[in-house]
Amino acid sequence: MSDLRDLYQEVILDHSRRPRNSRHPEHPTCSAKGDNPLCGDKITVYLTVADGRITDAAFEGRGCAISTASASLMTELVKGKSIEAAEALFHRVRDLMTGTGEISDNDDEDIERLAPLAGVRQYPMRVKCATLSWHTLMAALREDHPPVSTEQDEGRTP
Amino acid sequence: MNAGNRLAMTDRSKPNAAPYDIERVRADFPILSRLVHGRPLVFLDNAASAQKPRAVLDAMQHCYENDYANVHRGVYELSERATAAFEHARELVRRFLNARRADEIVFTRNATDAINLVATSYGATFLKAGDEVVLSAIEHHSNIVPWQLLRERIGIVIRVAPVDDSGAFLLDAYAELIGPRTRLVAVTHISNAIGTVTPVQDIVRLAHAQGAKVLIDGSQAAPHQKIDVLALDCDFYVFTGHKVYGPTGIGALYGKADLLAAMPPYQGGGEMIRSVTFERSEYADPPMRFEAGTPNIVGAIGLGAAIDYVEALGYDGITAHEQALLAYGTERLREIPGLRIVGTAAGKAAILSFTLAEAHPHDIATILDHHGVAVRAGHHCAQPAMDRFGVPGTARASFGLYNRFDEIDILVEGLRQVKEVFR
Repeated sequence: MSDLRDLYQEVILDHSRRPRNSRHPEHPTCSAKGDNPLCGDKITVYLTVADGRITDAAFEGRGCAISTASASLMTELVKGKSIEAAEALFHRVRDLMTGTGEISDNDDEDIERLAPLAGVRQYPMRVKCATLSWHTLMAALREDHPPVSTEQDEGRTP
Repeated sequence: MNAGNRLAMTDRSKPNAAPYDIERVRADFPILSRLVHGRPLVFLDNAASAQKPRAVLDAMQHCYENDYANVHRGVYELSERATAAFEHARELVRRFLNARRADEIVFTRNATDAINLVATSYGATFLKAGDEVVLSAIEHHSNIVPWQLLRERIGIVIRVAPVDDSGAFLLDAYAELIGPRTRLVAVTHISNAIGTVTPVQDIVRLAHAQGAKVLIDGSQAAPHQKIDVLALDCDFYVFTGHKVYGPTGIGALYGKADLLAAMPPYQGGGEMIRSVTFERSEYADPPMRFEAGTPNIVGAIGLGAAIDYVEALGYDGITAHEQALLAYGTERLREIPGLRIVGTAAGKAAILSFTLAEAHPHDIATILDHHGVAVRAGHHCAQPAMDRFGVPGTARASFGLYNRFDEIDILVEGLRQVKEVFR
């Protein structure tokens, strides 16, 4: 059962039991809803963006341990980042979870913290659980930036 | 009580019947001997799709190797043999459902296809704007969406019959829903999500009293109990082959002969015509009117073999065995603190839907998979039913004729590990 522990690492269990930033902020500047219709997971991501920087990130929702832990880690990591940096992190994370990217020695601390989530790569049906909050983050950022097309249904599952 | 005692007791409870030899049954299913994550496969996702006995696999292989050609066309030996086997399968389905005539049996891709056929052909022809179609709160999406498509097309009204907190059908509330505007009632025979067996006999009586037709979705009933469309007096009955130990891609629609005869074609193409010119075409009689294109010949033959298989085992033994599994499974699951069984209607079928306080259904299913246990997690294509019970989804263990009591013990052991992980 060693590979099961690769998926349910202590970091994941900790964040799923006690998700960080799981709240509804009073005055977010943008938000987006995401859902995974296959399993009924629903999430709302709230961002406060000022001068091109994410000053607060929070979420509400219900989901499995993987999706909750991923959302919790996501809010911690994007808080304080510029929009560009958050978007870059999204792309890196997506590649990592879907197995098109690898963790390398050049990766920074952010990726190291997210490494436990990469366990979903062994579980194709669970990848969407891990990426849902990140896609919802992108949808929220796009709401704040009308020039980016909202036609793409990024808030839903990939 | 442990599994061994329960098995012995079940055997004793039917002194006059041949004992249900579970090991012999299991030996008929090649896949049951494989390992998953190094553990014996415990397949408890039968409500989604069932495994196939050797008899079905052999019948299909035999056809491809010996008797395969297109049907209803060639005058040569092979085509005649394939046609005979295909039509024999139709006769087996007739017998399986206890229909009067084989031409009341239309082969479809699955139950979904059969319901779409009725909604498209019967619904769009004989229903009009404002007519009411009554569904129930525990329908599979396949018995909801085709009626919504019909609503978009011609403006019918969809009404939904409620269930109580156990998932049992509320016949009084249902009787009130059915009125002079009701033209059709579409109802599941057994809920795939929570196992409720609906009172189809009463439903048919109430609907017919108002002049409404009745379609029964028997996808979950076919593997669990004997079906008798004559006794039910339903107008349409649908089921899918793959849940009753047959292959995928084949299902059947039963329709009363006079109804099928009055219905226009569902799809156009070869096989369903009598004559074609560019000015007009004449359609074949039922059932071929509704079977455009080369049918799933070998699928139908496989379904016939599956029907032969379950009928040889006998529904008395199958139902008794599955009900004993359900009773034991219910008892064992109730030992687990924080576990809630969703769907507790009296007389339900061998489907156990549940939630755990500590863990999401997906996490439950992933961990159980590592014990070799296959269960379904999610909304089971029945989102309205999940909404009714206030859960986003459940984990579901659904039993089949080859499941053993000790497999329930392995399920419970797996659930204990889930609780351990999420402690």
